[in-house]
Amino acid sequence: MNTAIDVAAPSVLELVGNTPLIRLRSVEARAGTGAEVWAKCEFANPGGSVKDRAARQMILDAMADGRLTAGKTLIDSTSGNTGVAYSMIGAALGVPVTLVMPANVSAPRKNITRAYGTEVIYSSELEGSDGAIRMVREIVAKDPDRWFFPDQYGNASNPRAHYRGTGPEIARQTGGRITHFVTGIGTTGTLMGTGRYFKDHHPQVRVVAMQPDDALHGLEGLKHLPSSIVPAIWRPDGIVDDTIWMPTDEGWEMSEDLVRHEGLFVGHSSGGNVAAALRLARGAGPGAVIVTILCDRGDRYFAPLAWNRPTVY
Amino acid sequence: MANVRIPTPLRKLTEGKEEVTCAGATVRAVLDDLDRQHPGIKARICDDSGAVRKFINLFANDEDIRFLQNLDTPVADRDELSIVPAIAGGR
Repeated sequence: MNTAIDVAAPSVLELVGNTPLIRLRSVEARAGTGAEVWAKCEFANPGGSVKDRAARQMILDAMADGRLTAGKTLIDSTSGNTGVAYSMIGAALGVPVTLVMPANVSAPRKNITRAYGTEVIYSSELEGSDGAIRMVREIVAKDPDRWFFPDQYGNASNPRAHYRGTGPEIARQTGGRITHFVTGIGTTGTLMGTGRYFKDHHPQVRVVAMQPDDALHGLEGLKHLPSSIVPAIWRPDGIVDDTIWMPTDEGWEMSEDLVRHEGLFVGHSSGGNVAAALRLARGAGPGAVIVTILCDRGDRYFAPLAWNRPTVY
Repeated sequence: MANVRIPTPLRKLTEGKEEVTCAGATVRAVLDDLDRQHPGIKARICDDSGAVRKFINLFANDEDIRFLQNLDTPVADRDELSIVPAIAGGR
């Protein structure tokens, strides 16, 4: 299933995608309706998260059409996983990387990105991802020729990675039986690209967005759109059939259930995704095949408890 | 008086203010004064039992209060209390 197992890969780029799909029987049992619940193991990507797909597509597309040329430095805002993905692919391709992160991103993610040789600039810990977005826009505006700014929130290559990869893989792995796809939204790339693929090729699939139920929430990486800078790639018309508003506690509790009952140590956004899948399974019946995303591992979130204030700009 | 730093998602409760000056000798008392000035804000930070919500970190002069005396952590004049939620909004 994974490229790493049966193919000799020419570089780390070819290890991105083709992730396993796992059945979540404990979640099915809780629903008790006969609905199947499956999850795409995006933590199996070489950078450890679903973001490897979008980062690879954005960089390769920009190299192909001349937006990213020798001498330019890639810069973007990220709270971590995209930064790890940019850093990994940048290192493999010889592209220097600079990242703007909120100062309170977890220490593991700061350390991982630095290990690849990436420069990190910190934005205010009080302003979340939107503060980092504003800062990267200011930095690029001052010296536009120096940077390649993929802008993961506005780059069509981000959803395209999922249209070309995540969607067809899920269709194959379920033998075309998928009936529901649900995932949380951050940049919205996974939902837009995978959702668009299903609407084009398997229009019976119900596409559901999950959002935190409040502006102040703990589902790290996800956006509560009513209170956020809305990503330019978010075009839900004709793709998104419904939205589930997820309380932080429900997502966190599902993360704990997944590690104890499925042996899957995943982050809180994955917990929120599976909690949303459980809600769908409760309202569905036999024959339903519900698929969601396990975005990353739980160990990315250890020790988000201190930051180095003097580095905050 | 302590200086309380307010995160973006809570600024609609503080008329957009990024910082609010509050009285109190402990973190708990400072939050109570913050709630007197901006009613409803404490319920967003603490759960029904009065404990700080799991996804919110309170830092007294850059130290996580979980590693100090939690809500009983002493607050001195001109100390800084930062309310820092988990990171929202795309990775």
